[in-house]
Amino acid sequence: MSTPATTGSDDGSLGTGPAGALRAVTLAAPDDFEGWRSAARALAIADIPPDRVAWQVAGEEQDLFAQAADAAPPTATARSRALTVPQQFIDLARSAVCHRNPERFALLYTALWRIQRDPGIAHDRANPLMKQIDELAKSVRRDSHKMRAFVRFREIEDDDDDGQERFVAWFEPEHHIVRSNAQFFVDRFANMRWSILTPELSIHWDGSTLSEGPGAAKADAPPDDAIEDVWKSYYKSIFNPARVKIGAMTKEMPRKYWQNMPETALIPGLIAGAQARESGMIATARQVRLAPGSNRAAAWAALRDEALRCTRCPLHACATQTVFGEGPVDAQLVFVGEQPGDQEDLAGHPFVGPAGQLFDRALAEAGIDCATTYVTNAVKHFKFVARGKRRIHQSPTVGEIDACRWWLDEERALIAPHVTVALGASAARALFARPMPVGESRGRPHALPDGSAAWITVHPSYLLRLPDDERAAAYAEFVDDLAMVAAQIG
Amino acid sequence: MARLDVQQKLEILADAAKYDASCASSGSTKRTSKGGKGIGSTTGAGICHAYTPDGRCISLLKILLTNSCVFDCHYCINRKSSNVRRARFTASEVVDLTLAFYKRNYIEGLFLSSGIIQSSNYTMEQLVEVARQLREVHDFRGYIHLKTIPDADPDLVHQAGLYADRVSINVELPTTSGLARLAPEKSAERIDGAMAKMKSDIIDTKDARKKYRHAPRFAPGGQSTQMIVGADSANDSDIIVRARGLYHDHALKRVYYSAFSPIPDASSVLPLKRPPLMREHRLYQSDWLMRYYGFEAGEIVSATDPVTGMLPLDIDPKLAWALGHRDVFPVDINRAPKAMLLRIPGLGVRAVSGIIASRKWRSLRLADVARLTVSIAKIRPFIVTPDWRPTLLTDRADLRGLVEPKAEQFELFAA
Repeated sequence: MSTPATTGSDDGSLGTGPAGALRAVTLAAPDDFEGWRSAARALAIADIPPDRVAWQVAGEEQDLFAQAADAAPPTATARSRALTVPQQFIDLARSAVCHRNPERFALLYTALWRIQRDPGIAHDRANPLMKQIDELAKSVRRDSHKMRAFVRFREIEDDDDDGQERFVAWFEPEHHIVRSNAQFFVDRFANMRWSILTPELSIHWDGSTLSEGPGAAKADAPPDDAIEDVWKSYYKSIFNPARVKIGAMTKEMPRKYWQNMPETALIPGLIAGAQARESGMIATARQVRLAPGSNRAAAWAALRDEALRCTRCPLHACATQTVFGEGPVDAQLVFVGEQPGDQEDLAGHPFVGPAGQLFDRALAEAGIDCATTYVTNAVKHFKFVARGKRRIHQSPTVGEIDACRWWLDEERALIAPHVTVALGASAARALFARPMPVGESRGRPHALPDGSAAWITVHPSYLLRLPDDERAAAYAEFVDDLAMVAAQIG
Repeated sequence: MARLDVQQKLEILADAAKYDASCASSGSTKRTSKGGKGIGSTTGAGICHAYTPDGRCISLLKILLTNSCVFDCHYCINRKSSNVRRARFTASEVVDLTLAFYKRNYIEGLFLSSGIIQSSNYTMEQLVEVARQLREVHDFRGYIHLKTIPDADPDLVHQAGLYADRVSINVELPTTSGLARLAPEKSAERIDGAMAKMKSDIIDTKDARKKYRHAPRFAPGGQSTQMIVGADSANDSDIIVRARGLYHDHALKRVYYSAFSPIPDASSVLPLKRPPLMREHRLYQSDWLMRYYGFEAGEIVSATDPVTGMLPLDIDPKLAWALGHRDVFPVDINRAPKAMLLRIPGLGVRAVSGIIASRKWRSLRLADVARLTVSIAKIRPFIVTPDWRPTLLTDRADLRGLVEPKAEQFELFAA
């Protein structure tokens, strides 16, 4: 390493030659920040323009450089003065110097040179040059952080017989970060003996002194460690197969680091099996709740209790109460209406008003026993406008239907009916989460995402609103629809 | 039942712990192992040592001491009525595992929780004993996060805070009606009371340290909590308002949002399918807006759908807020106060600090802003620079179409 920076202008590491000539600066190591700093200081004080300096690292010199440089000393006397740069720039440079980009020393010197003429540049990340340097520093800091995260020590058999454990890691950093990162590992593992081997440099800690060695090869590090199996068990078990976000993983743990992390060998298998594990869990849960002795009835009661306090949409504010579905929780057939009406809102039960009475009559005519069916609504609060003493029904909006769908989905997931019948467009919208024209859709089954069948027909209140001469035919058609559904249930 | 070895126990007790999203190892004091007998350090910033394919990081060894539990919370894989295989670690097994993993640089420390066995106090004692052994016997200076039990003796909970960097109690469900349905034996009031007590303990010890340098530290990383999203009927505005209350009332360091996910041997009370993971992501974004961008909870609520109370899934909440408040845009990059710059969609905290540092020296043009950000195209409709003005752009009805991301597959395995 070079000596620490001084304030002097006549640093010995600079070549000698006339002003305007190309000067070669040779730094002791690829991460030699202090060497760069003292050379750059001398050059800047001597007012040597950036394009007259060639930077190289000892051991990496190129012949062309050596020939081109005419080894002239900076004529420091001309404009000798104090050189000041903000601490912020020093910190930035300290990081950026570790980048593997061969232009880093020149870029930093160019920035230093320009800052002398325009001090604002030092604070200006929007400046193209500063942006470029900032990117270098950012990349170095990230690599440093990843080294702290992804180094994996393996325990080795001890040659000495002092009984102390010794650990060795093999790591391949992107930049020249090993030396600057050493202190982190010393602080953390002060009372442990360890080595970190990398292709360029090795560092060793014996419990009191940090020493450096030459670069190493992967084969120099131990091939395994008994604890790695336990660690892999942990990695496998802490993974939740019901949430796969591969992009989020690779963003923070890029593949270039995987080769030296034992746990990453499990990733393909975990991803491949995840979807089957999740759908397996859902299928089992579905079976369990249908099995005798399940807590389905209690679950339904708990769901209704929570629904009684629902505030998912603004309708709860004006309605009297939530009108939840009713019927056996093991019903094969579920009917979904639009929303409670005036009488349902007061009674707290669905389908008790005039439309409900008409519906009961139609069910009976179609041969469906209403005691075996579950009836509920797409929207569970009454929506109305007040006209004097009367409350006039208003159709729910798509937003209100969407807000309330959560309850319908939970009801249907618990009951798991073979057939669900949507009465009217609002119910159809709730079941399919998209508009379904009733006229075109009625009279035949439609598949729902859970595999069960849905039928769509009109709402009984629609029949009540029809003129007398049309009602009989429409009612007959409604009963026909219900009879087809009855045939499905058998 | 055959005796389980440590590795088998680990499989069961890590599996049992994975539904807790928190894994942070940040926010504590700076420590090193120099001058001590053991290992461990904390730098203040956390380190994630690995990532699993669920996109979550592994920073801590996150396990339960035991997955046996006297409670029967429906959302929990470890509830009493679950058929899951049970296991229990001894304190020294957890200590040995923590140290073995730490020495190999797999982890930043330990996150220990437990099912309730025998009594709340007994369970809390067992948790504290693990932390005590790590700190006092092994001089472990890494990170420790302990889950505390709301009903345990305050003295025991206090001891936990003396050993731990962070403590947490999960509120579990965003609404009390959801808690009543899914965790009938838990009480929202007791959870709230325990968090309030923890807050006052943290404040008291901070005050004591101002007067006496050697006063003991108490949970220097503060307390956090978790809410399960999508298991009860709470909509996004309910959750945002609840989170704001938690930050405000209990001075929490973090609120975690965990999209409910299917578990083996689920109770019928639990929904079958999980909500979209994007919903969880949008809630984290809204959390960031409150903590780092100066947004009030009510402002984010104004970005939710007025009827459903849900945040849009296709655009982020900051963009949603901006589209609803076009009158405050465009913002002059060179003149606007910092608080306003932070409200520009697509502009992050780091970019804003870059703008503020640069504009002290010169006027920034569009290309300058582009160099400070990831995508100038997203930002352009909302800003003014000397060479750029979005003519009438904020009045265009199709603005959303210009700035929203192209349709993409949000999730690999959408349920």
